Amino acid sequence: MHELSIARSIVEICSERAGSARINRVTVEVGRLTCVTPQALRFCFEAGAQGTPLASSELCIIEVAGRARCRRCAAEIELDDLVTPCSCGSRDLQYTAGEELRITEMEVA
Amino acid sequence: MCASCGCSGHEHTHDQEDEHGLAHEHAHAHAHATSIKLEERILAKNERYAQRNRDWLEGRNVLTLNLMSSPGAGKTTLLERTIRALRGELEVGVVEGDQETSFDAERLRATGCRTLQINTGTGCHLEAQMFGEALKGLNPPPRSVVMIENVGNLVCPALFDLGEHARIVILSVTEGDDKPLKYPHMFRSCQLMLVNKVDLLGYVQFDVERCVERARQINPAIASLTVSATTGEGMDDWYEWLRRQHRLQCGPAAFGSVQSGV
Repeated sequence: MHELSIARSIVEICSERAGSARINRVTVEVGRLTCVTPQALRFCFEAGAQGTPLASSELCIIEVAGRARCRRCAAEIELDDLVTPCSCGSRDLQYTAGEELRITEMEVA
Repeated sequence: MCASCGCSGHEHTHDQEDEHGLAHEHAHAHAHATSIKLEERILAKNERYAQRNRDWLEGRNVLTLNLMSSPGAGKTTLLERTIRALRGELEVGVVEGDQETSFDAERLRATGCRTLQINTGTGCHLEAQMFGEALKGLNPPPRSVVMIENVGNLVCPALFDLGEHARIVILSVTEGDDKPLKYPHMFRSCQLMLVNKVDLLGYVQFDVERCVERARQINPAIASLTVSATTGEGMDDWYEWLRRQHRLQCGPAAFGSVQSGV
């Protein structure tokens, strides 16, 4: 359950930045090509936020679709996993989006 | 922009969708709230610790390899045999990661090598900060090799850089040749795949070629070797890979040590 570590990092980073302010909401980007599952992250965040300034904050998860450029035919493709090949059959892909694991903003009261 | 909460996302959902309640609460909160842009990578702290470990290891000229696999793939047996085979040539220290017990560390200590056990408790992987603390305890000498035996798990450890120079995934033939496609993140993050327990190939349905092909579909650059840590089959190729990594990282062998090839 690596999402627990991810959730703890979110709590830690936001708590440090917020100081004594209460945090209403945290927005994170999670790429579809990472092995982080939004449902699991949400579950872990609720557990990890207890007793911190994020205890009653909402977690907004923006899922970022995977994108890649095919090194063989130069096509730009969209994909949701690391197993899908390009329509030309090649799996030699340069991933350009979908690997995000980032806190974009938080809202403090 | 999200219609429910007003944040700048293009695509997300709210659990417990209570349109009126949520809209009300938010309208109130927004009146006094301040938005702070962060744009910070969630794993930034782990990455900083990993870089610190890497710098420390570079400073000592120590090669570090992160060994990952599912439980029971044979990591400890592989290490036991490797340490015994390379005694007098490469000094190996091991950082053992397990949720509980020090069974593996005790097995490895019997080979005479430096060993440090990390028990992660509920944790399913090692993180860079834990490994950094373990390194201080292990105190590996210059030009030695540190092997990290990560927690047995083909998912979580893939996400956490520890500061290693290379990653190795060990897959035993009893697990099935479809593992690279089932756990693509792990196979994508590794430089070498060791297909272990090849002495059992006659008893299980496992196609080595197909397994290697699948690993390359996920990661065209991955190298692969077939070994049996129990019988010793194929292990010379693994030792040769190890020697090459050691030369690349630590430079040519010091006077008095054995070296084959250049």
